[in-house]
Amino acid sequence: MEALLLSRWQFAITTVYHFLFVPVTLGLSIFVAILETRSVAVQNAKRRSTYRKLTKFFGTLFLINFSLGVVTGIVQEFHFGMNWSEYSRFMGDIFGAPLALEALTAFFLESTFLGIWLFGWDRLSPKLHCACIWLVALGSNLSAFWILVANSFMQHPVGYAINNGRAEMTDFFALVTNHYVLGEYSHALAAGITTGGFVVLAVSAWKFLRDVPSRPVFAKTLTWGALYMALGIFAVMGSGHLHTQYLREANPMKLSSMEALWETADPAPFAAVAKINMYESKNDMEIAIPGLFSFMLYNRPEGEVRGINDLQTEYERQYGAGDYRPDVVGLFWCFRIMVGLGGLMLALAALTAILSLKKQIAAYPCLLKIIPWLLPLPFIANSAGWYVAEAGRQPWIVVGLQRTAEAISPNLSAGEVWLSLVGFTVIYLILAIAALYVAFRFIRHTAVTGEGGL
Amino acid sequence: MELTLFWFILIAVLFVGFFVLEGFDYGVGILLPFTGKSDRERRLIIRTIGPVWDGNEVWMITAGGALFAAFPHVYATMFSGFYLALFLMLMALIMRGVAFELRDKHQALAWRRTWDGAIFFGSFLPAFLWGVAVTDLLAGVPIGPGKTYQGNFLDLLTVYSILGGLTFLLVFAYHGAAFLGLRLSDEGLKRRAKLFGQRLGGLAILSFVLFMAMTHSHTDLFAKGAAAMALIAAAAVFVLGYLALQRNSFKGAFALSSGAIALTTAAVFLGLFPRLMVSSLNPAWSLTVENAASTPYTLSVMTVAAVCLVPVVLIYQGWCYYVFRRRISDGDLGH
Repeated sequence: MEALLLSRWQFAITTVYHFLFVPVTLGLSIFVAILETRSVAVQNAKRRSTYRKLTKFFGTLFLINFSLGVVTGIVQEFHFGMNWSEYSRFMGDIFGAPLALEALTAFFLESTFLGIWLFGWDRLSPKLHCACIWLVALGSNLSAFWILVANSFMQHPVGYAINNGRAEMTDFFALVTNHYVLGEYSHALAAGITTGGFVVLAVSAWKFLRDVPSRPVFAKTLTWGALYMALGIFAVMGSGHLHTQYLREANPMKLSSMEALWETADPAPFAAVAKINMYESKNDMEIAIPGLFSFMLYNRPEGEVRGINDLQTEYERQYGAGDYRPDVVGLFWCFRIMVGLGGLMLALAALTAILSLKKQIAAYPCLLKIIPWLLPLPFIANSAGWYVAEAGRQPWIVVGLQRTAEAISPNLSAGEVWLSLVGFTVIYLILAIAALYVAFRFIRHTAVTGEGGL
Repeated sequence: MELTLFWFILIAVLFVGFFVLEGFDYGVGILLPFTGKSDRERRLIIRTIGPVWDGNEVWMITAGGALFAAFPHVYATMFSGFYLALFLMLMALIMRGVAFELRDKHQALAWRRTWDGAIFFGSFLPAFLWGVAVTDLLAGVPIGPGKTYQGNFLDLLTVYSILGGLTFLLVFAYHGAAFLGLRLSDEGLKRRAKLFGQRLGGLAILSFVLFMAMTHSHTDLFAKGAAAMALIAAAAVFVLGYLALQRNSFKGAFALSSGAIALTTAAVFLGLFPRLMVSSLNPAWSLTVENAASTPYTLSVMTVAAVCLVPVVLIYQGWCYYVFRRRISDGDLGH
């Protein structure tokens, strides 16, 4: 039992840590690729050189982030076999395929071309060199796609049959076109663009204030970062909205838990805040807006939304006795943190974009001072989002097919998992500090001006 | 051809690619503190594998992914059974991967020394552990009737498996020395690479011969003609490479050590077939291409993918080596 709990903690810590870097990789790889494309496309020699320096500047930040993303990604892949061997046996026929495809299509692509990009500035023509960073961006996105194909099956199994005591793939095409993938992938990519945009914005704001010679250059990236981030947030909200509507059929228990809706209702209210009582399966107190939840799901003011208690009864009938409710308190609040921070970031991005497009941003040093301190926001929102996604499928590891408790490696002792849990956590912390130290140093000491090299 | 056989071969090929390519990366990392006396020399040494090490490591990840997709029971049993060994290996690989990126981002000597240490241990430990793991696979591990590993971490460490680990370590270090000689232009560094190659190569030959003798007594590998021939050929090719190094031919030494590593890996897989993991408790409990495989449907989907994608990967990885074919000199440190 203890090995199970510790393994869950280890997986959660590794996933959350890994996903601090993944969105930056997704968003920043595309941003750097756009910068380099501009450096190839513009005719003016001075602008060309500025774009090239910016490519190298943000490229270096991308690389520091990327290396941490890669090494933690390896841990992810090994974890399934190490801690969750019974899951791997039960699901291997389905789950192994996207993982192997991820390695074949994405890992090789991004790592090989990143090596060429990093060391090939003088070896390749500018166009070919630029193509390499686009291939890195493509590889990163393919990687996200395949792992989310795998994750989507856990959330909403399709294209399978249960034979010989395991889940067997019957339709690869159904697996890849799982509607759930569409929601998860678009949402993750958009979150990546938001996060990458915020990194650009925060770095640019800091440089704008503190590094006067570099100010003209970073005044530009400030605008681009804000616009890129705003684009990302619009896409995050759109994809999130559509995905939530889709959850009504794909995973109603997760949906109602996100909103702490205990009883089936039509129209269903939206609780802005609630004091949730898991023991008595109700909210002791809530501030609710009538009909809003239905409206969010149906785009009209009525429509039935099934409550947690009804779903629990139904699942007991279907799967036998047990508690099929996820951590409603955690889901409810994490969902609000995610959405709330999204709104806040949209306001911030829009404000900064408008002010800097009007060339008035220099008149608001307070805003510029505050922006770098707000950089944790997208990371908190990303982590909260994954909490909703993953805690929301509990007690299942694969919804309806296998419980998390059945998936654990039977040979593991608590001592072994304690050792690895502490070991991984400590090394993650040390490396995060080292990487941040290096990144801050680099940002502080690297000027990007019209003259000189980078 | 049976799809399970195809995937057995493909996984063997992936491991050949992994050991040959990542073998010299590990070797270079192990040699780093000994061959590189100054920071300039160390940067030159790291620069030889700079553009390629990450792509090489993907061979291991792909082998893992392919095992998961084609033989999920092997993936499940091996990764949970080798839990602590894999934990140590992951810690090493995490430090090593980040070290390559962070090392040059700060001038301070203590900073660079620390990451050099991480590169050394991050290369040393996986090289040794892979040797232990491969040897354990040949000798068999305690697998019960339910395909579950029934031993503990210490069951994996026997005299034979430690010898296997040592052999891998020496062979990879030698392989790395040959690679350094091939890729560097600094005469002093090349001399040192040769010196280390000679010392380590001699020890590696000794260790390899002992390993063959123990393989003869501890496993059934020599009962299979093809496996035995591959292993003996590996030894012969390795000795030829060693002789090439004596005559200052780094090219010959590297090509032949690559061949020896490939042949050894082939020998292991030939010796195992049709098993992927041998049970030391009862031969009937071993994991084979039959009882550990995915369904024919999954295997056929993955076969189409592998047949289309592996050649493409080989082409662009080959191109990467082509782009960086010139020997490394001080001019390359400008970056």
